[in-house]
Amino acid sequence: MQSILEIKNVSKTYQSGQHALTVLNNINFSIAKGETVAITGPSGSGKTTLLGLCAGLDQSTSGSVTLNGVQLDTLSEDQRAAVRNQYVGFIFQNFQLLPTLTALENVMVPLELRGEKNSKTHALELLQKVGLADRASHYPVQLSGGEQQRVSLARAFSNQPALLFADEPTGNLDAETSEKIIKLLFDLNKDAGTTLVIVTHDLELAARTNRIIKIKGGQLIANESATHV
Amino acid sequence: MPMKVQPMSNNQIPQQQIGFSWLLKMAWRDSRKNRSRLFLFISSIVLGIAALVAVYSFKDNLQHDIDQQAKELTGADLIIESRRTIADTTLKAIENLGDERAQERAFASMVYFIKNGGSRLIQVKALEGKYPFYGSIETSPTTAANIFQDGRRALVDQTLMLQYNAKVGDSIKVGELNFQIAGKLEKAPGQTGISASVAPIVYIPLKYLEETGLTQIGSRITYRFYYQFNDAKDLKNALTKLDPNLEKEGLSVETVASKKEETGRSFTDLSRFLALAGFIALLLGCIGVGSAIHVYIQEKLGTIATLRCLGLKAKHAFYIYLIQIAFIGLIGAVLGAVLGTLIQFLLPIVLKDFLPVEITMQISWLAIAQGILLGLIISVLFALPSLLGVRKISPLNAIRASFENQNKQRDPLKWMVYCLMIIFIFGFTYLQMKSIVQTIAFISALAIALLLLVWLSKALMFVVRKFLPQSLSYLWRQGFANLYRPNNQTLMLTVAIGLSTTFIGTLFFVQDILIQRVTLSSGANQPNMVMFDIQQTQKDSLNTLTKSYNLPIMNQVPIITMRIEEINGKKIGADSTNARAFRGELRATYQDTLTVAEKVTSGVWTGKAGAANEPIYISLEQGYANRIKVKLKDKIVFNVQGMLIPTVVGSIREVNWGSLQTNFRVVFPRGVLESAPQFFVLMTKVPSKEVSAKYQGAVVTSFPNVSMIDLELVLQLLDELLSKISFVIRFMAGFSMATGWIVLLSAVLTSKNQRIKESILLRTLGASRKQVLIINAVEYFFLGVFAAAAGLILALTGSWLLAEFSFEASFSPALMPIIGLFSTVVALVVITGVWSTRGVLNQPPLKIIRNEG
Repeated sequence: MQSILEIKNVSKTYQSGQHALTVLNNINFSIAKGETVAITGPSGSGKTTLLGLCAGLDQSTSGSVTLNGVQLDTLSEDQRAAVRNQYVGFIFQNFQLLPTLTALENVMVPLELRGEKNSKTHALELLQKVGLADRASHYPVQLSGGEQQRVSLARAFSNQPALLFADEPTGNLDAETSEKIIKLLFDLNKDAGTTLVIVTHDLELAARTNRIIKIKGGQLIANESATHV
Repeated sequence: MPMKVQPMSNNQIPQQQIGFSWLLKMAWRDSRKNRSRLFLFISSIVLGIAALVAVYSFKDNLQHDIDQQAKELTGADLIIESRRTIADTTLKAIENLGDERAQERAFASMVYFIKNGGSRLIQVKALEGKYPFYGSIETSPTTAANIFQDGRRALVDQTLMLQYNAKVGDSIKVGELNFQIAGKLEKAPGQTGISASVAPIVYIPLKYLEETGLTQIGSRITYRFYYQFNDAKDLKNALTKLDPNLEKEGLSVETVASKKEETGRSFTDLSRFLALAGFIALLLGCIGVGSAIHVYIQEKLGTIATLRCLGLKAKHAFYIYLIQIAFIGLIGAVLGAVLGTLIQFLLPIVLKDFLPVEITMQISWLAIAQGILLGLIISVLFALPSLLGVRKISPLNAIRASFENQNKQRDPLKWMVYCLMIIFIFGFTYLQMKSIVQTIAFISALAIALLLLVWLSKALMFVVRKFLPQSLSYLWRQGFANLYRPNNQTLMLTVAIGLSTTFIGTLFFVQDILIQRVTLSSGANQPNMVMFDIQQTQKDSLNTLTKSYNLPIMNQVPIITMRIEEINGKKIGADSTNARAFRGELRATYQDTLTVAEKVTSGVWTGKAGAANEPIYISLEQGYANRIKVKLKDKIVFNVQGMLIPTVVGSIREVNWGSLQTNFRVVFPRGVLESAPQFFVLMTKVPSKEVSAKYQGAVVTSFPNVSMIDLELVLQLLDELLSKISFVIRFMAGFSMATGWIVLLSAVLTSKNQRIKESILLRTLGASRKQVLIINAVEYFFLGVFAAAAGLILALTGSWLLAEFSFEASFSPALMPIIGLFSTVVALVVITGVWSTRGVLNQPPLKIIRNEG
C-alpha cells in the first residue's frame, strides 16, 4: 500500500546547557494512506516530540521525515507551514482554539489560509456535522470543553487533510464526553478517508486504531497491529 | 466521500496566496477582547504626541503672529540705539532720518510714591515724539499715552501702581521732579510680562529729563532714536549710509526684519525646549509601549503557535500583529494630535508672561500631520523588537506548553531596529537642537539616566533576592518575591516612574538652589542693600544719613566709566575680530587690595601704581579677558572721559559673581584714577523691612539720583521669575508625569492576567481576600519605593552636580519636599496597583476561573 508518512532513522537531540539530551533515537516506521495509527508510551517517552516531527512542526536532528512524498527535513519553516496547511490537520489535547475568534471563524481559518472561496459555507457544514451549528457565533470561552473539542475536530477536517494528528484528544475531557468525541473523530475520519495518527496514553483508544507504535525512552519498542495488543 | 491524495514531490510544495485583506481581517479578529488593553498600551504615547503637537502648533502660530505683528514689536521702521553719549556729528547725521521721528532715554532709577512714601528701582523711559508709529502704548485711561507728554505727567506700570496703591492723578517723584500719574501703563511695544515685572517701566516726557537731575556723569543711559519711513527705499538707503559708522560710534541698529528674526530666534529656542520636554514624555511612553507589547505578544504565544500549526507563515503572523500595532498606534497618534490641538490653546496662557505678541490660535495642520506621523513611526518602531519575536514563535508551542525555543541566536533584524531607534532619537533631537554637540549631550544625559535607572532597578532586585529575610511572614516574602519573579514589572516601572520623578525632582532642587543662593548672600555679615550712582559730592552726606539710621557702611567703592581705545596698538576697526572689546562703556574701579570675592589666577596683583613713567598694571576678570581676547602683559589704552590712560595687563582674576557686592571686570591700582570723574556704590545692611522702607524713603528724598537695590526685592523678583519659568517647565514635565502614571497603569493591567492566576491559586489554597491584598500592596509599595528612590537618587545627584559645577553653590536640599515627593510617588503606585487588581479580589475564585476559561 502507498505510504503517506515515512520516518527513517529519525533522532532528536536537545541541547540542555552543556549536555545533549536525546529524546528520540533512530526511529523507523511508515504509515499507509487511510490507516489509523496510535503512538503510545509513558510520559516523557518522546511521543509528542515524534508527533511534532511527523507533522513538520519541528526538524529532526538526523534522519528523514517524508509526508505525502515531500521530504520535510529539507524545507524551511514557511514551506513546512504550507505543507501543514494543505495536507495536515491537528487536534490538540487542550483544544487550542483561537480565543478571539468565534467557533465558525476558528473552523474557517485553515480554509482561508488555503484561499478557499466558500470557506464560510464549508465551515458551517462542518459545524453542522459536529452538532454545533447553533453555536457558530460563540467564542471558545462560551463553550464547554467537549464543545471546544468538537469545534477543534471541525477545524481539523476543514482543509480535508491527508493526514490528521491528534495529540491526546481526550486528555482534558471526562469519560462520557471523551467517548462522544472519539466516536465523532472516527466517524469523520471514516467519511473523509483521512489517515489518522493519535498520540495517547489511553490503551482503549489505541486499540481502536489499525496499528500501535510504542515508544519508550525515545526508542521504538513495538510497531504492531492493534489486534495483537 | 473519501479524499484522493496524490503523493507530491518537493518541487510541488503548495503555494499560499495570503492577501492583505485576510491579514487585516485576522488582525481585526485577533484584536477582539484586547482592544481596550491595546488602547491602554498606546495611550502611553498619546500625551507625548499631544505635547509635541501642542508645541508645534504653538510654534507655527507664534511664527505667524511674529510675522504679522513685527512692526508692533518694534513700533518703528528703524531704531538706532547707543549705550553712550552720542557725538554731535553723529547726532546731526541721524537726526533728520525718516519721515517721522521720536527719541527716548532709558535708564534705571528710583521712583518715589509721594502719597504713601514707597520707593522702588524702576526703568525710566523719557520719551519725545509720537512713538510707537505702529501699535500703541496701552494705557488706562486710553488717552493717557497721547497726552502725558503735554505736561509734567507720567505713565506708570500697572503692577507698580497696584503694589504702591497709587491712583491716576497721584504724584510720583523721579529724580528732582514730581510728575502726575496720567495713566496706568498696561503694555509697551515689545514688552512681556516678565520684562514688566523685572524692570517695571515709568514713562516721562523727555523735555523734563534734564530737570530731574538724573543725567549726570556716570548715569547709565541708553539712547534710542525711532524712525518711521513711508518709503522702504529710503530706509534701505539710510541703512546703507549708516552702516560704516555704526561700529565706530558704538551704535546698534534694529529694523522690523531684524527684530522679527531675533524674536523668532529666541522663541525657536523656547519651542525647542518645550518640544524636548514633550519628547521626553513621548520616549517614556515608547518605553511603556515597547514593554506592554512584549507582554502582549507573550500572551499571544499560544494563538500564534496554533496559527502556525494550521499553516500560517511566520511573516504573515508578524504582519497580523504589525497591522494591529500600526492601527492602534495611528489611533493613539490621532487622539494625541486632537488633544495636542486642544492643549495648544493652553500654551499661550502658560507662556503669557514670556510672549511679546498676541497669539491668534489656529489649527496647524502641519503640526497635526507631524504628530500623527511621529506617533505612527514611534509606536511601530518601539513595538518592533517584540513584534519581530513573533517570527520566531515555534508551532511546537501549541503542543508543548513549556516549549522553549532552542534557537537563541541573535536576530539581526532586531539589532537593525535598535539601530533605527537610536537614529530616530538622534535625528529627532538634532532637529530640535540643531547642534550635534547639544544633541549628543541631551541623548547622553538621557541614556545615562536610563542606564542608571536600569542599573539601580537591577541592583535593588538583586539585593531583595539576596537578602530577603526568611524570618519574614509569608505575605511579606511573597510580596517581595513578586519584585524579582519572571515577567516582573520592576525594571519597567522603575524606569518609567523613576525618570518622571528625576525630571520633577531635579526641577524642584534647581529652583531651590537658585533661591538659596540668593538667600544665603543675605547672611549675618553680608550687606542686603546696595546704593549706586552716588556722586562724589553726595558721598559724605549719604554716609552721615546712613549712620543716622544706625546702619553700617559695609563697603564703599568708586566707579569710573571708561571705554577701551586701543588693544596692543590696534584701534577700533583695525581688529574686526574683536569688535566687542570696543563696544559700550566699562565700569571700572580702583583698590589697593583684593576683596574676598576675588582671586588672582595668573600674573601679579598690583595695588598701588608706581612712579609716573612706570607702566600701570591693571587686573582683568578672566572671563572678560577671554572675551576680549587679551592675555597677561597685553597693552590696553583706556579712554577715561576723554583722557587716554595706557595700561598693561598685570594679573587675571577669578571673581565670584554670586556674592552680593560690587565686582568689576577691570580693576586699577590706587594712584591713577582718584581725580577722574567718578561715582560711588555704597553697601549696608538694614535689619528689617520697616527700617528699609524708611531709609529708602529718606535716601530717595535727599538724593533722588541715587538708585537702591534691596535684596528683598531681588529675592522677590527671582522668586517671581523662577515661579513663572518653573510653571512652564512643570506644565511640560506634567506630560512626563502623567505618561509615567499611564505606563504604570498599563504595566499593572498588563500583568493582571498573571496576577489573576496567582490570586486564584492563592485563594483556592485558602488565602483570604485580605491576605492577597496585602501581598499585592507589599509588592506595589516596594515597587513605588524602588522607583521613587531611584528617581530621587538621580535627581539629587544631578542637582548636586549642577550646584557644584554650574551654579558653584552648596547643595543642601530640604528634607520635607523630598519626603513629600517620595510619599506622593509611592502612594500613587500603591493606589494604582491595588485599585487595578481589586477586581480579582472581589470575585469568588470559581467565577474568575470560568471567565478565564
